[in-house]
Amino acid sequence: MSSSKVSGAACAAVSASVPPESADTLCIGGRTLRSRLFIGTGKFGDESSLPRIAAACGAEVITVALRRADLSAPGGNILSHVPEHMQLLPNTSGARTADEAVRIARLARAGGVGNWIKIEVIADSRNLLPDGYATAKATEVLAREGFVVLPYMNPDLYVARDLVNAGAAAVMPLGAPIGSNRGLQTREMIRILIEEIPLPIIVDAGLGVPSHACEAMEMGAAACLVNTAIATAGDPPAMAAAFGEAVRAGRRAFLAGTGRVLGSGGEASSPLSGGLGESLTGFLEESA
Amino acid sequence: MRTPEYPPSQIFLTVNGKPLATSSATLAGLLAELSLAQETVVVEHNGRLLSQEAIAGTALAAGDVLELIRFVGGG
Repeated sequence: MSSSKVSGAACAAVSASVPPESADTLCIGGRTLRSRLFIGTGKFGDESSLPRIAAACGAEVITVALRRADLSAPGGNILSHVPEHMQLLPNTSGARTADEAVRIARLARAGGVGNWIKIEVIADSRNLLPDGYATAKATEVLAREGFVVLPYMNPDLYVARDLVNAGAAAVMPLGAPIGSNRGLQTREMIRILIEEIPLPIIVDAGLGVPSHACEAMEMGAAACLVNTAIATAGDPPAMAAAFGEAVRAGRRAFLAGTGRVLGSGGEASSPLSGGLGESLTGFLEESA
Repeated sequence: MRTPEYPPSQIFLTVNGKPLATSSATLAGLLAELSLAQETVVVEHNGRLLSQEAIAGTALAAGDVLELIRFVGGG
């Protein structure tokens, strides 16, 4: 992990005549993204609902996993439900070592879904926390092979720096353990990554409701990846739409520059006429 | 002479970690036998990753080890 390089071809510049909001794009691996919500395809009982979910939230990036084919019941092909225009982001879930993650990434690319890969190396079955060292090793190998590598990680500054040096295209810290819907529990550490790491920070895992995603975007995250919160919602397409709006709102708030926070006390929003000691209703007497 | 347990045309493979007997002489034939559309499967043949083009021209031999991988839902 010696060479410090930021992978990915540059995206085409957006014309200066475009209004500011539509000019706010995210560039990853040479692809210009207008939506900052990435979605997953796990846990959906009916995968034929994926096009409706994608349309509801406007996501342009969608994750899939790889598994051994079920020889007794082959079933349908999930890729047939993914809209044509979307960027597929296969993950290496199931990998417990760097070598396994590399092998799964190569299988994914041989499957003809492009060269993006979400590295996921997990040997902890209770909390499903990622192995940072193994993740960095796999990232280094795959980035060198031309993959656009998006590693899933526990938000640690030093692991994030290793991932930058290994050639990652973005860094994907968890908000809370996978599938937990517990929200942005790691916000202080993610805030540090946003400040210190010169790559897009994409909050992945744990975001349970739209306000969690909105907060991550307000903090300056580049994007959010949401799967379980949508898949386990009462009405997944409606929840997808809500996440889409929350991510847009949070991004607009970040671009607008959030107001300052007072350490203590309050500060009137309406003007106080006159100096200290004057009655708050003094203006009523003056005009009498 | 001992009577063969299976017709002599059958070969034994290891597919996705399990033994499998087949009369298919080609990988494409085996995939058809298993009702797996070729374009939806990624194949490792004796540890070697096959391109989609290579799948069509691959012959099978007794003892071959195959991994047949598909894309599924995931986050």
